[in-house]
Amino acid sequence: MEFTRKNRQLLSRIATNDRHGENSPYFDGWKAYDSSPFHPIHNPDGVIQMGLAENPLSFDLIEKWIRENPDASICTAEGLDKFKHIAIYQDYHGLREFREAVAKFMGRVGGNRVTFDPNSIVMSGGATGANETVIFCLADPGDAFLVPSPYYAGFARDLRWRTGVEIVPVHCKSSNNFRITRAALEEAYEKAQRSNINIKGVIITNPSNPLGTVLDKETLRSIVSFVTDKNIHLVSDEIYAATVFSSPRFISVAEVMQDMDCNRDLIHIVYSLSKDMGFPGFRVGIVYSFNDDVTNCARKMSSFGLVSSQTQFLLASMLSDDEFVGNFLRESSKRLAKRHHVFTKGLEEVGISTIKSNAGLFFWMDMRQLLKEQTTKAETELWRVIINKVKLNVSPGSSFQCSEPGWFRVCFANMDDKTVEVALDRIREFVLQGKEETKLEADKSQAQAQRWRKQNLRLSFSSSRLYDESLMSPHMISPHSPIPHSPLVRART
Amino acid sequence: MEFKRKNKTQLLSKIATNDRHGENSPYFDGWKAYDNNPFHPTQNPNGVIQMGLAENKLCFDLIKKWIMENPDASICTAGGVDKFKDVAIFQDYHGLKEFREAIAKFMGRVGGNKVIFDANRIVMSSGATGANETIMFCLADPGDTFLVPSPYYPEFARDLRWRTGLEIVPVDCKSSNNFRITRAAMEDAYEKAQKWNLNVKGIIIANPSNPLGTTLDIATMRSLVAFVNEKNIHLVCDEIYAATVFDSPRFVSVAEVIQDMDCCNRDLIHIVYSLSKDMGIPGFRVGIVYSFNDDVMLCARKMSSFGLVSSQTQYLLASMLSDDGFVGNFLRESSKRLAKRHYVFTKGLEQVGISCLTSNAGLFFWMDMRPLLKEQSFEGEIELWRVILNEVKLNVSPGSSFQCFEPGWFRVCFANMDDETVEVALNRIRAFVLDRENQESNRSKLCWRKKHVRLSSSSTRLYDETIMSPCMISPHSPLVRAKT
Repeated sequence: MEFTRKNRQLLSRIATNDRHGENSPYFDGWKAYDSSPFHPIHNPDGVIQMGLAENPLSFDLIEKWIRENPDASICTAEGLDKFKHIAIYQDYHGLREFREAVAKFMGRVGGNRVTFDPNSIVMSGGATGANETVIFCLADPGDAFLVPSPYYAGFARDLRWRTGVEIVPVHCKSSNNFRITRAALEEAYEKAQRSNINIKGVIITNPSNPLGTVLDKETLRSIVSFVTDKNIHLVSDEIYAATVFSSPRFISVAEVMQDMDCNRDLIHIVYSLSKDMGFPGFRVGIVYSFNDDVTNCARKMSSFGLVSSQTQFLLASMLSDDEFVGNFLRESSKRLAKRHHVFTKGLEEVGISTIKSNAGLFFWMDMRQLLKEQTTKAETELWRVIINKVKLNVSPGSSFQCSEPGWFRVCFANMDDKTVEVALDRIREFVLQGKEETKLEADKSQAQAQRWRKQNLRLSFSSSRLYDESLMSPHMISPHSPIPHSPLVRART
Repeated sequence: MEFKRKNKTQLLSKIATNDRHGENSPYFDGWKAYDNNPFHPTQNPNGVIQMGLAENKLCFDLIKKWIMENPDASICTAGGVDKFKDVAIFQDYHGLKEFREAIAKFMGRVGGNKVIFDANRIVMSSGATGANETIMFCLADPGDTFLVPSPYYPEFARDLRWRTGLEIVPVDCKSSNNFRITRAAMEDAYEKAQKWNLNVKGIIIANPSNPLGTTLDIATMRSLVAFVNEKNIHLVCDEIYAATVFDSPRFVSVAEVIQDMDCCNRDLIHIVYSLSKDMGIPGFRVGIVYSFNDDVMLCARKMSSFGLVSSQTQYLLASMLSDDGFVGNFLRESSKRLAKRHYVFTKGLEQVGISCLTSNAGLFFWMDMRPLLKEQSFEGEIELWRVILNEVKLNVSPGSSFQCFEPGWFRVCFANMDDETVEVALNRIRAFVLDRENQESNRSKLCWRKKHVRLSSSSTRLYDETIMSPCMISPHSPLVRAKT
C-alpha cells in the first residue's frame, strides 16, 4: 500500500505500538489450532484447544431455566410487552433489578459473608473493560501497578494499552506455591521507587489465573495492610470467584475488609459473569469500588461499555432466582471438581504434577522435569513440541510472566468428556515417550561417557580426537531456538 | 479514621478529577427539572415535558410484530434456546459473521443502495459513544486536535476528549447560510488551530446533523473530502441519524461520495454508525466503526474488546436486519412517521410565528427563538431557556449547549413522546410565545415612554427598576452538558 509509511504518522502512538499484545510469538498456538482444530470425527488428529479458559459445563442448567422462564426475555410472547421500555433504556446506572440481582449473586458467591450494595454496582464491557476503566480512574500515564506473577496475559493490554500505565511484576515462586508474600510486595515496591516509578496500586486476581488457587485470609489481610501502609490502591479481580470447587472457600477482599482497620477508599473489586456463568459473549463486567468518587467516575465511563439492556433484563431475572442460583453454583462446582480430578489424576499417573488448586477453569502443570534445560528457551521449545507434535494448545508459563520456566497452564473446562480422554491420552503418551527418550539419552550419555574415558587414555597421543563424533550427539548442538521476543502476550482469556 | 488520608484527589487520576466528562454543566438543570417533576398526562399533567432527549420511539410496534413472528431470532425462546450455548460463549471480537453481514447490508440500504459496505470491515463498539472514542484513540495522541463544525452534539466533548486527552476546535457555522459547513470556515478554524500551535489530526462531522436535523449535500461532502486530503488529516463521519431522513434531499454517505473521487486518500476516511437512533434501540449498545484504512480497522477491532456488542443482541439483530422485507418496510414507515411528527410541530410553531431551520432528518428540529430574546446574547438565551424550563415546563436544549455561534436557537426533540403529549407541548409553546410577545410589546412601549419622558430630567433615573429585569444578570458561561 503506497500510503503505509505515511500511514504510521497518520495514526496515533497507541495505534502503532505493540501494547495491545497481539504480536507475540505465543500467537502460534492459536494459529496452530485455527489451522487444524480438533474434531472427534472430522479431524481426530487436529489440535485440541486447551488455551481458552471457558466454562460451558453447566449450560444445560441455564437452558432449562430459560425454557421455564419465558418472561425473562423481551423476545418471547410473555416478555414482548417489555421490549420497548428495555430497548430504549440507556441509563448508565443500569436497570435497578439488574444491579440488585448482581449484588445478590456476588454476595452468594462470597458465601454470604458480605452484602454488596446495588448502588455501587457499575457496568463495563466485560472484565476487560472493567480493569481498563478502574486504571483510568486511579492512575495517570506513566504511573505503575504492581501485579503478582504469574498473571493473566491480557493484563498487558487491559491495564496498559490505552491508559499509558505500566506494570511492575511481583515475582512469586514455586518454592512456596507462588504465594504472594509481603516481602515480595515490598521488594517490588522498593525497586520501583528506586527507579522513580510511581506505584499507584496492586492488582491481584483471586482466584488466580493461571494458578487456580484462592488467596487465604492471611495473604489477603497482608495485601490490604500493605496498600494501606503505602496509601496505594488494591484492585481485586474476582472473576473466577464461583469456579471454586473444593476447599478452601473463596474469600472476597470485601469480606476481609470488614474486620480490618483499612482505608476503604483504596479497595476496588472487578467482577464478571464470563467465567462463573460461562457467558463471555454477553460482556457483563462489573466495577465495584468502596470509594464513592471512583464509583461515580467509573459510572460515567461506563458509557463506553454498558451491558446491553436486553442482557441486563435477562440476567436480572435469572440471577434473582435464588433456587436456580443455589443449584447452579453447587452443580457447577461439582462438575469442575470432577473434570479437574480426571485430569490431575491422569497426569499424576505418568508422574506429572500440578500445583494443588481448588478453583479456575485450568490447572498449572509442572513440566520442569521435561525441559532440556531450566530456561525460558527450553520451555518455548517444549511448548512448540506440545503444540506441533502432541497437538495440544496449552499456554507456556512465560506467557504469564512466570519467573520460573517449565510451567504450563492447561484449560480443562472447555471441552466434552470424550475430548478430555483424547487430550489425556496424548499427554500421557508424550510424557512416557519423553521419559523413554530421556532414558535412552541417559543410556546414550552413559555409553558416551564410557567411550570418552577410553578416549582420554589416548589423550597423550592426539588432541584432535577429543572431539569424537559420537560426543557430538544431537542434543549437544543448540537447536535453532526460537528466541521469544519479550513475552508480550496475546491471549483471549 | 486514624489513617492519614491524603487529599482524596491525589489518590485518583487526572482524568477522574477533571471536568472533561461534561456533567458539571449548569445545563444539567434541565434534566433536574424534568427528573423532579416529569410530565404524565393523568398523574402529573403540569409536569415538565422531556424534549431534550433524542430518542426514536415511533416504530416499536413494527419491531415487536417482527419479533412475534420470528421466535428463532432469540436465544431465549423455545425456538432458539438450542443456540444459547454457542452464542453465550461467543466472544470473538470479529463478531458473529451473520451480524456483520446484516449490518453491512443495512448500512447499504440506509445509504440508498449506492454503496456496498464490506462485512469484513464492520467493527463493533459500545454504541456510537464507544465508536467515537475508539476512533480518536486510533487517530490522535493526547494534545492533538479535531475540528468540529458547530453547532455540534454536546457529548462530543466527553467522547472525543475525556480519556483520550484530545482537544476540539469548533468550525463556526452561521445561520446566514443555514449553518452550512463552508470551506472558508474550515480553513479559518484550521489556521486558528495552527496559530495556537495545535496539531489538527482531523475533522469530525455528524451527517445528518445533530442538532440541525439537516443532511449534507454532495458539494459540501466533496469539499470536506478535498479539504482533508489537502491537509492530510482525517475525516470521521458520524452517520448515526442516517435512516431518520424523512424528506428530500436523500442521505448521502461519505462512502458514496468517495467512490467518485479518485484523488481521495481512502486511508483518511472513517465512518461511525449505530442503531440507537435509526432503530430506536439505544439500550442495546450497538456501535459500529467502519474505516477505509486497514490499520485503523485492525486497531479499532482490537480495541473493541473494551466494548463489544452482547452476543445475545448480535444474534437477534443479525436475524432482524437480514430480513429484507422487514427492513424495507421499517425504513419506509419510520420515515413517514418522523415526517408527520416533524410537520405537526413545525406547522404548529409557524402558526405563532416561530420558524425552524428547514430540516429533513433527525429526531429534533432547530427552533429559532431569536425574536423572543430580550437581548441578542447568550445571557438572553439562558434567560429564555430558564423561562421555558421552569414556567413553560418544557425541557428543550439551548443552542449554546451545542456551542452554537449565535444565541437564540433551541433544539427540540419530537420523536420521544406520544401524540397526546405532542399536543400538550405544542399548546404550551404557542401559549408561551403569544404571552411573551405581548409582554415584550408592553414592556417596549413602557420603556420607550419612560425613557423619552425622563430624558430631560435626570440621567440617574434612566436606570428605572422596571428596566432592571432579571434577564440582565449574566449566568455562568455556557459550559455544556446534554445527554444526547
